Amino acid sequence: MDFTLNDDQKMILDLVEEVCQKEIAPVADEVSEKGEFPAQNVKKLASLDLFGITIPKEYGGLGMDYLTWTLVSEKISKACATTGLIFGANLLCTYPLLKFGTEEQKRKFLPRLAKGEALGAFALTEPEAGSDAGNVQTTAKKDEDCYILNGNKIFITNGEVADIYVVIANIDKNKGARGLTAFIVEKGQEGFTFGQHFKKMGLSALPNVELIFNNCRVPAENLLFKERRGFRVAMETFAAGRIGVGIGALGIAEAAFEKAKEYSRERIQFGKPICSFQAIQHILADMATKIEAARFLLYRAAWLLDQGRPFEKLASMGKLYASETAMEVTTKAVQVLGGYGYMKDYPVERYMREAKLFEIIEGTSEIQRGIIANLLLKE
Amino acid sequence: MHIIVCIKQVPDTEELSKVRINSRTNTLVREGIKSIINPFDENAIEEALRIKERHGGKVTVLSMGPPQAEEALRRALAMGADKAILLSDRSFAGSDTLATSYTLAMGIRKIGEFDLVLLGKQAIDGDTAQVGPGLAEWLNLPQITYVRRIELSSSKIKAERSLEDSFEIVETNLPALLTVTKEINTPRYPSLRGLLKAKKEKITVWTSKDLALDKERIGLDGSPTQVVKIFTPESPKRGKILTGEIPEIADKLISEMKKRKII
Repeated sequence: MDFTLNDDQKMILDLVEEVCQKEIAPVADEVSEKGEFPAQNVKKLASLDLFGITIPKEYGGLGMDYLTWTLVSEKISKACATTGLIFGANLLCTYPLLKFGTEEQKRKFLPRLAKGEALGAFALTEPEAGSDAGNVQTTAKKDEDCYILNGNKIFITNGEVADIYVVIANIDKNKGARGLTAFIVEKGQEGFTFGQHFKKMGLSALPNVELIFNNCRVPAENLLFKERRGFRVAMETFAAGRIGVGIGALGIAEAAFEKAKEYSRERIQFGKPICSFQAIQHILADMATKIEAARFLLYRAAWLLDQGRPFEKLASMGKLYASETAMEVTTKAVQVLGGYGYMKDYPVERYMREAKLFEIIEGTSEIQRGIIANLLLKE
Repeated sequence: MHIIVCIKQVPDTEELSKVRINSRTNTLVREGIKSIINPFDENAIEEALRIKERHGGKVTVLSMGPPQAEEALRRALAMGADKAILLSDRSFAGSDTLATSYTLAMGIRKIGEFDLVLLGKQAIDGDTAQVGPGLAEWLNLPQITYVRRIELSSSKIKAERSLEDSFEIVETNLPALLTVTKEINTPRYPSLRGLLKAKKEKITVWTSKDLALDKERIGLDGSPTQVVKIFTPESPKRGKILTGEIPEIADKLISEMKKRKII
C-alpha cells in the first residue's frame, strides 16, 4: 500500500495550491455574494490546462489519471466550492464521451473541452425524474438522419454557460429505463434553448438552469453509445461523478475545519483561547478524523477507477461519507465560531449552506445507501 | 528576436517574516524558506514571452546562483521560456552587484547574439537595483530602467519609464537593456503542460571554467562592497499624548519643546 504522491502530482498540486491561494480563494466570498458565474476562475483553470487532466494526449489533453484530477479538484473546492462544482460537472461530459464516444465524436468534442475552450454539462434531471432516473419524459424520435428531442431538463449544472451537453432522452417511453438514450447536443442547436435559472440556498454563482428542447434536431452521429443504452451511460457517468461530488464536499469540509481551528486559537473566553477547552478540542478531533476518513475513501475510489477495477461501491461510500461529513463539519464550524459563525462576516455560514447540496446531488444519501447495500449484497 | 532575461532566485516574500540574518556572516539564513523567482523578474519573463508571442523569436533565461536556483529557471521554462542557463560555481559565492553584473555579462557574451536583455527593476531581497544598470555598462548597451510599458519596432524600442511623480518616454536602438516594474504586466502562471515539459528539459550549467572570466572580478574577491552589519532598524519611539484643556495642553507642549531644545 503506497500513500505517497508521485513527483508530477506533487508539482501539479503545488501550482494548483498557489493559484487557489492567490487567485481563487480570495474572491470566493465575492463570487458567492454576487451570484454571477465566475468566468475568470474558469479561464484561470483553463490556462493551467486543468480541464485536460484526464483527457488522453491524442485528444489534446494531458493523459493523466483520475486520482490526479481528484487531488486537483479537492484543492479547487476548498478554495471555492462553486468553482469546484463547475470543474466537476465538466467531468460529467468528458467522462461519458471518453467511455462511450466513437473515435469521431472524441476527435470532434474532446480537444475543445481539454483546452477549456468549451465547457461541458450532463442533463438527466427533470421535474419527474431525479432519483428515479428511468422516469425521464424528454423524448427522442428518429427522423431520417436526425433525432428530434422534445422536453425540459431542470437544475442542470453549467447550463447555458456550457457548450457541449450530454443529454438523456427516452426513445421508447413504454420501456422506461430501457428506452433511455444519450445524445451529444451543442449549444446553438436549433430548438435548444434555456429557461429558468434556479435560485438556491447556497452556491448562487453556480448555474443550475432549465434546458428546453423544442423539436430540436440532433444529428444522428451525435447519438452517444447506442439507442436504449442511455441508462447505462447515465449510471456509469454518475458513478465516476460521485468521486467528483464527494471531493467537492471534502474541500468544503477542509475549509470549514481550518477556519474553526484558526478561530479556536484566537478566540479568548474565560481568559483562555477556546481551543484549550476540551469541548472544543473534541469537536476539532472529530472533524479532522472524519475528513481524513472521507479523503481516503475517495482517493481509493479514484485509484480503483484508474486501475480499471470496480470502483462504484467505494465511490458511493466516498460521496455519502464526504457529503455527510461536510454537513456535520460545517455545522460544527458555525458552532465553534458561535455568534460570529452565524454572521456573514465569516465564511462558515456559507460553507454550511453549500455543504447541504452535496447530500442531494448525484444521488441523495438515501440513494447512495441503496447502491452500497445493493452492491455489497451481491458480493 | 532573441530576448535574454536575467532572473534571481529570492526567498518568498510571503515568508519574509521568517527570514533571519546570520549575524556572523551577515548573510541570509535560507534554510527552510521557500524560494521564488524575484517577482519583478517574473514581470521581465512575462514581457519577454509577450514580445515573443507578438514578434516571434526565442527567450533565454539566465541566472547566477547556487545549484538550487535551477528550480527558478525551471519555473521560467514552464512559463514558456525556450532555454535556461545557470551560472554556478563556488567561486561566484559572495558576489556583490558589481561582481554579479560582471559574471552575468560574461554569461551573455558566451550566449552570443541577442536583441534585448530584460531584468526586473530590482530584487526584493537586496533591493539595490544595481545589477541591471551594471550589466548594461559591462555589455556597453543602452539602458532604460523602471520601464512600465514598451513599444517595439524592428530595430527600435520605445519605453515609458516610471518616475516618482511623472513618466518619461525614451527611445533607443536595439540591442538594449531594460529593467521593468510590476506595472508592465501581470505574469502568467505556468500551465500543467509547461510544468511537465520543463521538468524534462535540460538546464545548461556554466561554471567559471566555461566563461572567459577575469578571476579578480568575481565572487567575494571581486566585490568591493563590504557588508559591515545588517540589522533591523529600530522602530521610532511612540509619541506622547498630552491631555487636558486646550490652554493647559498648549502650556505643556511649549515647556516640553523648550526642554527638548526644539524652541
